[in-house]
Amino acid sequence: MELKRVVVTGLGAITPLGNDVDTTWQAALKGESGAGPITHFDASLFKTQFACEVKGFDYKMAMYNPDDRAEMKEVRRTDLYSQYALAAAKQAIVDARLLDEGIDRNEVGVIFASGIGGLHTFENEAGNYAKNEADGPRYSPFFIPTMIADIAAGHISMRYGFRGPNFGVVSACATSTNAMIDAFNYVRLGKATAIVTGGSEAPIFPAGVGGFNAMRAISTRNDDPKTASRPFSASRDGFVIGEGAVCLIFEELEHALARGARIYGEVIGGGMSGDAHHITAPHPEGLGAKLVMQRAIDDAGIRPDEVDYVNVHGTSTPLGDVGEAKAIKDVFGDHAYQMNISSTKSMTGHMLGATGAMEALFCVLACQHNIVPPTINHADGDDDEQLDYKMNFTFNKAQEREVNIALSNTFGFGGHNASIIVKKYKVGL
Amino acid sequence: MSEIAEKVQSIIVDKLGVAEAEVTPEATFAQDLGADSLDTVELIMQLEQEFDVKIPEDEANKIQTVGDAIKFIEDAQKA
Repeated sequence: MELKRVVVTGLGAITPLGNDVDTTWQAALKGESGAGPITHFDASLFKTQFACEVKGFDYKMAMYNPDDRAEMKEVRRTDLYSQYALAAAKQAIVDARLLDEGIDRNEVGVIFASGIGGLHTFENEAGNYAKNEADGPRYSPFFIPTMIADIAAGHISMRYGFRGPNFGVVSACATSTNAMIDAFNYVRLGKATAIVTGGSEAPIFPAGVGGFNAMRAISTRNDDPKTASRPFSASRDGFVIGEGAVCLIFEELEHALARGARIYGEVIGGGMSGDAHHITAPHPEGLGAKLVMQRAIDDAGIRPDEVDYVNVHGTSTPLGDVGEAKAIKDVFGDHAYQMNISSTKSMTGHMLGATGAMEALFCVLACQHNIVPPTINHADGDDDEQLDYKMNFTFNKAQEREVNIALSNTFGFGGHNASIIVKKYKVGL
Repeated sequence: MSEIAEKVQSIIVDKLGVAEAEVTPEATFAQDLGADSLDTVELIMQLEQEFDVKIPEDEANKIQTVGDAIKFIEDAQKA
């Protein structure tokens, strides 16, 4: 059977850089950091006391009418991760005009992911039980359906009546890339005319920060949060936790053209692999990372030297950045010196289950606007001898260039790797 | 309205997201106030906590209307 073409027709974003797509994109092009002291809880006893938080997010304003009691009832029964998801999805759905008459909502799916799900809800409920153990269990009947990592996809479908394929995907930090690849596959197979996809995460609570601290995975540069995420610099000391949600509407090309939808870009390939190595450490030779990029390139039916920009996983951890850079050289050969590479996590922090969608969105906009957002926080001379600085890491300033094809990498704990490739959409091609 | 009835009413308004005027003694939770099974469990838990009473499951199943809830709590507090 002939595969259908898939385009992006709507975008939404609630991120540490802004509570909509344009604000987020403009901040990224300016090289702004989303990091600051943690405000979601008192972190004064934690090793890490900063994060890339979403700022000024008012769920009531974003989603609901505060005077409507029934809607407010729903607000109380959604974890923050679902609230971010619903708000980003609303932006993307409105942007794509997906609620227009004539669109069959039975054919619209939702594949929306979270790496962890309702961590805060879990923490509260388990904590209440621990405090009052002698009274016996008193869990809220909404505990499980608020916490589970698939419920954001459920909420989005319920709110808009979308009855196509509906689920979440879990692969830690590769989560939303896996979700997007599934969405891409179902749309190109003709199983849905459009799918609301992306990811959401709200991990900046004691269990999230404390848990990642215990692993020594996150930066402890408390005296200078804004420069803490410094991928590909020798002094990097771990990732910076981020949060938020990013939503993309993937739609079958003919369906989009027939209704005159605005097309941001085309999705042309996806790749997946496993490291089969260690629960948290990446493979030292980047074997899984190589495989996943090669598979995405093969799936897209392009040559490696057609890729203009790689938005790396690049979390700012000592091991991860080196392995990924090696893998890029192996996959792209000399072309690794021609293309732009950047880690936007230097600005957004690591949005975990939302990061794949965040970076796919940056890739789509990079192709549309011919500009590559930077890897910020690299100081002159702060070079890691294990890295090859002839590669263009797009340090500190956005770079204008023709971007026709962009690839985004995401790698998750468990050794889950997923890459997606997007292309500039040209009318008639 | 008794103090208990007022308190019960405000809990129901809060938990079920309904208007005060709808919360009459005759109103049924499932039909009139649109409570699903999870809403009902949460509501019973809240009443237990607020009035410091135990509502066993078989008793809880008999509470169908706002009036039933008020009566149960009044009786429990007398006992």
